[in-house]
Amino acid sequence: MTIHFVLLISRQGKVRLTKWYSPYTQKERTKVIRELSGVILSRGPKLCNFVEWRGLKVIYKRYASLYFCMCIDADDNELETLEIIHHFVEILDRYFGNVCELDLIFNFHKAYYILDEVLIAGELQESSKKSVARVIAAQDTLIENAKEQAGSLSNMIAQATK
Amino acid sequence: MALSGMRGLSVFISDVRNCQNKEQERLRVDKELANIRTRFKNERGLTPYEKKKYVWKMLYIYMLGYDVDFGHMETVALISAPKYAEKQVGYIVTSCLLNENHDFLRLVINTVRNDIIGRNETFQCLALTMVGNVGGKEFSESLAPDVQKLLISSTCRPLVRKKAALCLLRLYRKNPDVVNVDGWSERMVQLLDEKDIGVLTAVMSLLVSLVANNPEGYWNCVPKCVRTLERLTRSQDIPQEYTYYGIPSPWLQVKTMRVLQYFPAIEDPTIRRSLFEVLHRILMGTDVVKNVNKNNASHAVLFEALALVMHLDAEKEMMSQCVALLGRFIAVREPNIRYLGLENMTRMLLVTDVQDSIKRHQAQIISSLKDPDISIRRRSLDLLYGMCDVSNAKDIVEELLQYLTTADFGIREELALKAAILAEKFAPDLSWYVDVILQLIEKAGDFVSDDIWYRVVQFVTNNEDLQAYSAAKAREYLDKPAVHETMVKVAGYLLGEYSHLLARRSGCSPKEIFIIVHDKFPTVTTSTKALLLSAYVKLLMHSQPPEPELQELVLGVFKKYESYVDAEVQQRAVEYFALSRKGASMMDILAEMPKFPERQSALLKKAEDTEGDSAELSATKLRLQQQVSTALVVSDAKPNGASAVPLTRLSSAPRNIDQMGLPEVAPQPPPYANGAVPRAAPATGAAPPAPPAAPAPAPAPSPADLLGDLMAPLAIEAPPGVGPAAAPVASTPASAILALEAPPSAGLAPAPPAAGDSLALALMDGPPQVQPIGSIADWFRSLSIKESGVLYEDPLIQIGIKTDWRGPHGRMFLFFGNKNAAPLTSVKAVVAAPSNLRVQLTTVPEIIPPRAQVQSPLDVVCIHASREVPVLDFSYTSVNVPVSLKLRLPVVMNKFLQATPVSAPDFVAKWRALAGPPTKLQEVVRGVKPLPLPEMADLFTSLHVGVAPGLDPNPNNIVAAATFYSETGGATLCLIRVETDPADRTQVRITVATPDPTTSFEFKEFIKEQLIEIPYAAAPPPPPPAPSPASMGLTGPAAVLAGLI
Repeated sequence: MTIHFVLLISRQGKVRLTKWYSPYTQKERTKVIRELSGVILSRGPKLCNFVEWRGLKVIYKRYASLYFCMCIDADDNELETLEIIHHFVEILDRYFGNVCELDLIFNFHKAYYILDEVLIAGELQESSKKSVARVIAAQDTLIENAKEQAGSLSNMIAQATK
Repeated sequence: MALSGMRGLSVFISDVRNCQNKEQERLRVDKELANIRTRFKNERGLTPYEKKKYVWKMLYIYMLGYDVDFGHMETVALISAPKYAEKQVGYIVTSCLLNENHDFLRLVINTVRNDIIGRNETFQCLALTMVGNVGGKEFSESLAPDVQKLLISSTCRPLVRKKAALCLLRLYRKNPDVVNVDGWSERMVQLLDEKDIGVLTAVMSLLVSLVANNPEGYWNCVPKCVRTLERLTRSQDIPQEYTYYGIPSPWLQVKTMRVLQYFPAIEDPTIRRSLFEVLHRILMGTDVVKNVNKNNASHAVLFEALALVMHLDAEKEMMSQCVALLGRFIAVREPNIRYLGLENMTRMLLVTDVQDSIKRHQAQIISSLKDPDISIRRRSLDLLYGMCDVSNAKDIVEELLQYLTTADFGIREELALKAAILAEKFAPDLSWYVDVILQLIEKAGDFVSDDIWYRVVQFVTNNEDLQAYSAAKAREYLDKPAVHETMVKVAGYLLGEYSHLLARRSGCSPKEIFIIVHDKFPTVTTSTKALLLSAYVKLLMHSQPPEPELQELVLGVFKKYESYVDAEVQQRAVEYFALSRKGASMMDILAEMPKFPERQSALLKKAEDTEGDSAELSATKLRLQQQVSTALVVSDAKPNGASAVPLTRLSSAPRNIDQMGLPEVAPQPPPYANGAVPRAAPATGAAPPAPPAAPAPAPAPSPADLLGDLMAPLAIEAPPGVGPAAAPVASTPASAILALEAPPSAGLAPAPPAAGDSLALALMDGPPQVQPIGSIADWFRSLSIKESGVLYEDPLIQIGIKTDWRGPHGRMFLFFGNKNAAPLTSVKAVVAAPSNLRVQLTTVPEIIPPRAQVQSPLDVVCIHASREVPVLDFSYTSVNVPVSLKLRLPVVMNKFLQATPVSAPDFVAKWRALAGPPTKLQEVVRGVKPLPLPEMADLFTSLHVGVAPGLDPNPNNIVAAATFYSETGGATLCLIRVETDPADRTQVRITVATPDPTTSFEFKEFIKEQLIEIPYAAAPPPPPPAPSPASMGLTGPAAVLAGLI
């Protein structure tokens, strides 16, 4: 019961984010991405959000020009995963303010930070959007301040996340 | 939102985006990579800012799909940076670029650990996240205790604790030994009281994994889980931020219900009642609403509740409510719900007594077969396949046939296969079955595998009533304008064999048949050509008295192909030409095929093999469990079916050809059994590739058996008897050894009737009785002195061992071979090591596919001398029957011994130097197994203790020496003298001397054990190796475990 990997693929098949929670070699990763883009991008609208693939299931959802995909075991809960995707998208949306693909391209590293606050080990880490937003804001402050000086870092994050 | 704040990075990203084509992009990327490479070479000149920038660029390039094969070291190094900004980049990029097996990760374990145990909360978070995402086995061993501490710490904030919970989950997955059940299950109960929903969700994920591995260990968590569920469904003190579209954390609800599905039925009536109340509320209280997300979330909970209801085996009424609910779902417009409705209905098939209520929805399910969404079509196909029985087979199969013409290519082969299986299994009459298969070939010839038409030939051969009918049908199909090659094959075969039964019908004279068949000849491939030549010679043989015209035609064809480029066709042409001149004796040789022995349908096997793809509880597996002989393929009791064939004069004719025909006409190892070609082909296909099913040479082989024997080597890859286990990985030397070992041991085993035939066993109706085939104790004993062999075997699994010992180190390969036609699931192997050994088992995959073998290396290090051995705790589930075993592993003391030649003066000097206890120990042992002296010497040699003959002046004594290797003691020289009494062989005096007291004691006890005939319980199911007399002295976990065995 775990998410094996997360992929963000644009409608043109460009990869915008990949995160692998199960061990895949570089070669396998490339193959998986190629295979799945083929399958998912070619699916029409109004179909279900699940694709059976190599004994696993890929849950995907399209938001504007981006496909968010998460791969789970065949007996895992599909709808639960689908809503994890939406939860992640809502958090991105709240952070970037009406998020679009371009935000995720130029701030791909932010997307990784945020994902790390939503999922760990392929499991949902935090289901409160507020809580995630607080942590990310604290991180941003840390980075901002880091330029000026290191100071009492831990105090600051403690305050920011209280 | 401001851009990244790194201008260089943004510029690079823009550049890449502005590239007109892939080529330009590659150039730009290559330029950047070259730049980064040169900058990294000269690292000292880099500012922290630049380092960060380049590392981000690398990640971006990597994400675009380019190989980034350098810079990993620089990335990893950032983790050790003192500042948050750099550390963060290091941690995140490392966990994206490297996978858990990457060597560089090991380099930072210490840094990571320092961050985890340090005071800086932000560093803790970064480290826990990284380990949780890519931590491997080594991380498991070095970090688990620290992570556990953080999780239960009362001073850490929720932010850290939830990360710690999931981090621990990962470490536990990598090595379950790091979380010790004792004590921890109490902790888990406490953790379930957690107020913070974020932490509770993470803890629940952890619990799912723990319970999945070991439900017994966490029973005490059940009440808390039910309470949590109640609280959630009643929305009791759930903070607003943890409700999702008005639903109290749907994820936590799902996870909690998942946990409960791993426990066997809950007995406690109060808990059970409150749980059912909750479930009832979820099932009946979930409405379809407009908001998509709310709908998804509530249905996520609903479907999990359904799964839990099925698991708990609720009352019939609740079950029919569930079916009714699913029936509504499969008819809604929302595709996700429709998909899940079908999927869960298939799962529901496993529940007894609901099949009839499911059948009520048949029409709706059939209409889903035409859904625009392939995911839904697949579910529908699987469900139809699973729910098919005699009552609805005709409808369902006909629907499948109809669908076949429009189905997309991806699904056609599976569809054809499933239709064929159902037609065979549930045919109301045999001619219908033949009709279905012929239609199948006509409609989807490309997707009908050879197995399918082999099977129909088998049927027709074994059922005389069917022969004329199918020949006539085949004749009809050949008249159609476009005929698929597979149709030519099956028609050619059937007409060759049986068209003589039609001879009186118009248009069916042998000559007419020949002409219509030969019409297809020019367009078919060579293998079909060969088959048709056989059909011709059969036609010729059947036309008695000979029809000169036909003879001329057929011989003309043979003549023509005498010099054909394909050797097989050429050979047949030559041979048949010669045969056709033999007159009456030709008839014996070319007589009709005898009946086939009954076999498992190769189709089912195939369906199961190709299945891999669908849900675990797929209908195919269900089918396989239910597989009982349909008795359609009649295995005739008559020893020789030929008596019914008018043209065969000698009832033993078929045997003749097999016996004499083969050696004569098979100058080279034939791809088909030569001379009997048309029969060879179907037989090859029909023989299931399972070695156990290959009939063993019967004492008086009936023709069918003989044929089976002949064909067996063609159909299977492993020599029969090796057991399927060894076959798949036979290329590795280790398993080759195992393969050699297996047959003798299998032969020695006092095999119960079904033992050899795992297949038959797996297909039996009731739960298979899983009993070892042989004595576990004997296997253990034999492995104590051998390096490889069988550790355990039952009808479902064989566990073999191969070991290699070097000083205090040992490597043991455990081979788990699934002998079964169904996969072994929930496979778990844990090794409990005694304190004297350090043992590490690589993970064993959770599923062992049918007839596959997996191997797991086990590393053993001897820390100090002791006779305790590790215990393998092994469990698996086969076709819903859980089996669990505790097996002692033969890591006995002598594995760390090495025979050491010692010269007489040397021996005496050392012997004298060790004066008395505790280094030199003496004991008179009574009740010794009476052995002649040479045999006792052999025993020592087999234990790696080198006997030094002639060293002791008394010929009744044995003096021997060995070196014992351990990690703490290094190499320890062990000397031993055994004084025997020729008058009473049941007692000896042994004296042992080593420089180390513990080793002396253990060594003495070990030798004693070997000399004493250890009493074993006679014929033990399950055979407990009774504790040796010395085991009273055992302490520690191994002793406890040993007692359990």
